[in-house]
Amino acid sequence: MTAVQGKSAPPRSAGMARGAAPIAAIVVAAAAALPLVLSSYQVGLATEVLIFGILAMSIDILGGFAGRTSLGHGAIFGVSTYVVVYATAQAGLPPAAAFAFGVLAATLIAAIFALLAVRTSGVYFLLLTLALGMIVWGICLRWTQVTGGENGMRGDVRPALLLTHSGFYWAVLAAATIVSYAMWRFVRSPFGLTLRGIRDSESRMRSLGYNVPLHLFIGFTVSGFFAGIAGALYAMFNNFVSPSTVALAQSVEGVLMMIAGGVGTLFGAFVGAAAIIALENLVSAYTERWQMVLGITFILIMVFAPEGMIGKLRVILAHKMR
Amino acid sequence: MSSFQLLNGLTFAALLFVVASGFTLIFGLLRIVNLAHGALYLFGGYVGYTIATQSGSFVLGGIGSMAAIAAIGFVLDQGLLRFVRGNELRQVLLTLGVAFVLKDLALVIWGGDSFTVPIPPMLRGGMRVFGVFYPTYRLFVLLTGLVVFAALWLLLNHTRLGALIRAGVDDAEMVEASGVNIRRVFLVTFLLGSALAGLGGLMGGAFLSLYPSADAEILVFSLAVVIIGGRGSLIGVGVGSLLVGFLNTLGQVMFPELAYFVIFGPMAVLLAFRPLGLFGRAT
Repeated sequence: MTAVQGKSAPPRSAGMARGAAPIAAIVVAAAAALPLVLSSYQVGLATEVLIFGILAMSIDILGGFAGRTSLGHGAIFGVSTYVVVYATAQAGLPPAAAFAFGVLAATLIAAIFALLAVRTSGVYFLLLTLALGMIVWGICLRWTQVTGGENGMRGDVRPALLLTHSGFYWAVLAAATIVSYAMWRFVRSPFGLTLRGIRDSESRMRSLGYNVPLHLFIGFTVSGFFAGIAGALYAMFNNFVSPSTVALAQSVEGVLMMIAGGVGTLFGAFVGAAAIIALENLVSAYTERWQMVLGITFILIMVFAPEGMIGKLRVILAHKMR
Repeated sequence: MSSFQLLNGLTFAALLFVVASGFTLIFGLLRIVNLAHGALYLFGGYVGYTIATQSGSFVLGGIGSMAAIAAIGFVLDQGLLRFVRGNELRQVLLTLGVAFVLKDLALVIWGGDSFTVPIPPMLRGGMRVFGVFYPTYRLFVLLTGLVVFAALWLLLNHTRLGALIRAGVDDAEMVEASGVNIRRVFLVTFLLGSALAGLGGLMGGAFLSLYPSADAEILVFSLAVVIIGGRGSLIGVGVGSLLVGFLNTLGQVMFPELAYFVIFGPMAVLLAFRPLGLFGRAT
């Protein structure tokens, strides 16, 4: 049923712990050095990659580890963005409090989504999360008094300390590092292993005495919490929110990044986010038809490389080695 | 609710039925959740609008939009979906990509303005029903919905093709093993479902008007209808359409800004008790 994730379960996860720490340190250090060599525009792009990487990772928790691909995470992400912008611009809260409220709101929405969605699997899960996400979009579009309708809302969300491009980039990098570590621990915890068990055989886990809906509910809510962090960071990045932040395209881009980076690889999300955002920028230099390119990319990946670019590379390399 | 609002709900349900029946036919038989269905609706509306304004004939617009959308459906099924057969999730995500392409293509061709398909002179104005003065065109939509329901019911229950489709919904492999070319049945169903989206686009385009986000709105309503009614059941689509149509009208009257939310509550309650929908069956 949920064959996108297919055979891409992380094969190296067992031996990863020992060698991982130095590699992670090198990657983070390299990422931290980026503002020294990039232009401020490129630093902005790199910030975006980190934020959407977190979103894609949160989708991967469900898609790659619980076998349930969500098309509603863009809405969860966007709710956090809306709440953060609203809290600072309209309610006058300090950024830190607004951030907390944003993440809390996203977690609550995720919990509501989860309550409904845990009973379904496969295509039905996809459909239901899609419908739920679009309801959020419809409300953001129509509830003009609060959300500003189609025009959206503007607010100076970013704290004064982080106004420079590089400063904000480093803050987001720090957040992304912590969040990535937290998610990595989460999927490797006994709880995460249970989720993987549910992905592989729901009925077996049930007969072993696991409370499958409860595990999925918690998994979904945690995933929504992380998507909320990404959304709150995005509010600070953009200082603006409009219905397109919660639109289906947002969820779809997140899923595409997750798939492009490799389902079930977790950190592949950053690679996927980088690829999609680079593509978006490349394309928008020549044409305004980003939506079409996004659609075509999606079709091409589904037809030729459903295991994602990293998975595809692995397959090609394996062929070459032989 | 006044009888005016009741009629609004009923006519909207009729439109939903036309669109969602195509969606559920494809979902039920081919196991394909065609997320491009909303985009097909919008595209059909635009094509119908262009033909109807150029030729001055509403009927020609209807035939044109159904033919054009069936042709797009043909390309979609034979050109793209064949590569991902048998993999539900890949199919869904692929149709999502197609939806984005179609939607953007419509924006390139017709721009971002909103259009209203011209209503033929004999359907303009209103008439008196149940003690209220009501637009004739919306009653025509209701009639069309009923005709489509009757036609689909006859097709499914009293023709050979219908028997094959019903058998295919239950067990496609068994049908194939008894010597039927199920691929062709699949294709015909896909074209029929697409044509219904095109017809819906033309009909909806005349009273809801056509604009760039109309595809997403109609898709959510169709999803709600299918989630409530259950996959591949004609009766389910009928009941689902009525429920969603009335709830939406009720929502618009009572909480205009949160109308979307009103279809969400009952859907949630229903899912808690029947995850496969009212008339859905596990396979």
